[in-house]
Amino acid sequence: MISSNLSAIFYLISGILFILALRGLSSPDTSRQGNYFGILGMIIAITVTFLSVGNFSTTIIYVFLSLVIGGAIGAFIAFKIPMTAMPELVAGFHSLVGLAAVFVAIAAFLNPEAFNLGSPGNIKFASLVEMSIGAAVGAITFSGSIIAFLKLRGIMSGSPITFIGQHYINLILGITIFVLIFYLCKLQFESLYWTLIAISFLIGILLIIPIGGADMPVVISMLNSYSGWAAAGIGFTLENTALIITGALVGSSGAILSYIMCKAMNRSFISVILGGFGEENSSSDTKNKKDQKPVKSGNAEDAAFLMKNASSVIIVPGYGMAVAQAQHALREMVDKLKKNDIKVTYAIHPVAGRMPGHMNVLLAEANVPYDEVFELEDINNDFANTDVAFVIGANDVTNPAAKNDSESPIFGMPVLDVEKCKSVLFVKRSLSPGYAGIDNELFYKDNTLMLFADAKKMTEDIVKNLD
Amino acid sequence: MEIDPFIFRFSIFILSIFIGYYVVWSVTPSLHTPLMSVTNAISSVIIVGAIIAALAGSSNNIFDTSNIFGFLAIILAAVNIFGGFLVTQRMLQMYKKKKNKIK
Repeated sequence: MISSNLSAIFYLISGILFILALRGLSSPDTSRQGNYFGILGMIIAITVTFLSVGNFSTTIIYVFLSLVIGGAIGAFIAFKIPMTAMPELVAGFHSLVGLAAVFVAIAAFLNPEAFNLGSPGNIKFASLVEMSIGAAVGAITFSGSIIAFLKLRGIMSGSPITFIGQHYINLILGITIFVLIFYLCKLQFESLYWTLIAISFLIGILLIIPIGGADMPVVISMLNSYSGWAAAGIGFTLENTALIITGALVGSSGAILSYIMCKAMNRSFISVILGGFGEENSSSDTKNKKDQKPVKSGNAEDAAFLMKNASSVIIVPGYGMAVAQAQHALREMVDKLKKNDIKVTYAIHPVAGRMPGHMNVLLAEANVPYDEVFELEDINNDFANTDVAFVIGANDVTNPAAKNDSESPIFGMPVLDVEKCKSVLFVKRSLSPGYAGIDNELFYKDNTLMLFADAKKMTEDIVKNLD
Repeated sequence: MEIDPFIFRFSIFILSIFIGYYVVWSVTPSLHTPLMSVTNAISSVIIVGAIIAALAGSSNNIFDTSNIFGFLAIILAAVNIFGGFLVTQRMLQMYKKKKNKIK
């Protein structure tokens, strides 16, 4: 058994190692080292906890057993999960953090002596507030992440679910939470605690169901943030520095990512939360326009011909590439182009895909060197002196309506200036609008060639035609 | 009058938010997905609380409700710790520069 002062210092060290783990991610070169720092920090925190509790009775066997079970499941998932499924994996992991926070908060409420918080029915006021907040935020994170998971996985429809009075219900439930915490602190009834958790679960569900598929990058980032705040809340209860530091880090990390995602869509955080985006299905008006306007469509041969005669090509990947798992075929195509001395780069919009950085991971998986992949601001000027833009599975992020149609719901959103290229190849299954439900005028431009097919199949066909 | 220890913890909390703010802004956008998976893994340091809960009490009441919640929380957090760090590692292995291009 080690003194609580010594263990506090070790918790501080593990907190610092977690900071270094995030710091490492500033460049891919240092990132792996950063991850080791994180692992080391975790090992220190867990070891110190065992030593400071100092209970080495038979119970410890069950603790190790739980660790091994959980660890085995986690390792199995980590090795098996396909990279295209990262968004739902992260959502699933968030839900686990949330639920773990709830469980720890419940354990602390039922057995406060173990945590030096007082005795049952006579828990310190501050601890009660902290554990209530930790449990509530944890429960919201849990149920919200489950909904996000189901939506990303496609088990639940990605379209927003809205009903009248939704926001009022959320507001009332939110107020109820505060009232419950107030009375819980006064009366310390167990039933109030359970009600608090149940209502928080409900809020989590209600918060996420009105948010549509296109806003998923924001939702995931937001839940990431919540999981951090939940951890911090528990950290205050347990008076544990490692947890407080980590919770604050993760909380601000998620908040920054949400901000970046919102900005990339030119949407305010509030409007994302209120939801309903993407439900306005293309009105009859746009449908008529679609029928009238001519679209040039081509096949793999045309596309191969166009690209072979180009001197520079920019690839614009989007969610469609992930769905079709086309990243490997794409990389093959690029290799062929490079053999013909064609300059190929990749342009990635911040909200391409279903989570921040989704496309980068997929390209990395297909062995695309990361210094060929550029972010929106770094590459947008290059489109004007590029011969061919190859848009694969992206849509809304290329829509010029964001720049010139003030009526458009995506007006003001930063987009990739794909239309400035000499020609645009657009791989898409059909003319259907993207998640935002808006028609893309790019489809009807003279220099656009639509390639109607599954992204993977089309890319493979192009590869064949490049020989 | 003595300062409440809560204030010290609160100071740590606020300063950590600032550290997080600056550190996360310096994360390159191409690594945002690994950032999310690694933050997931580290926030599972909540396992500390789970272990305390599970180990509480003597060996003849291992399966009190609060202990059971502790064990469950350990399992959940362990899934996250192992899953989070390993999947991050797997992703980071894939990021390569032009030079190291092998195949």
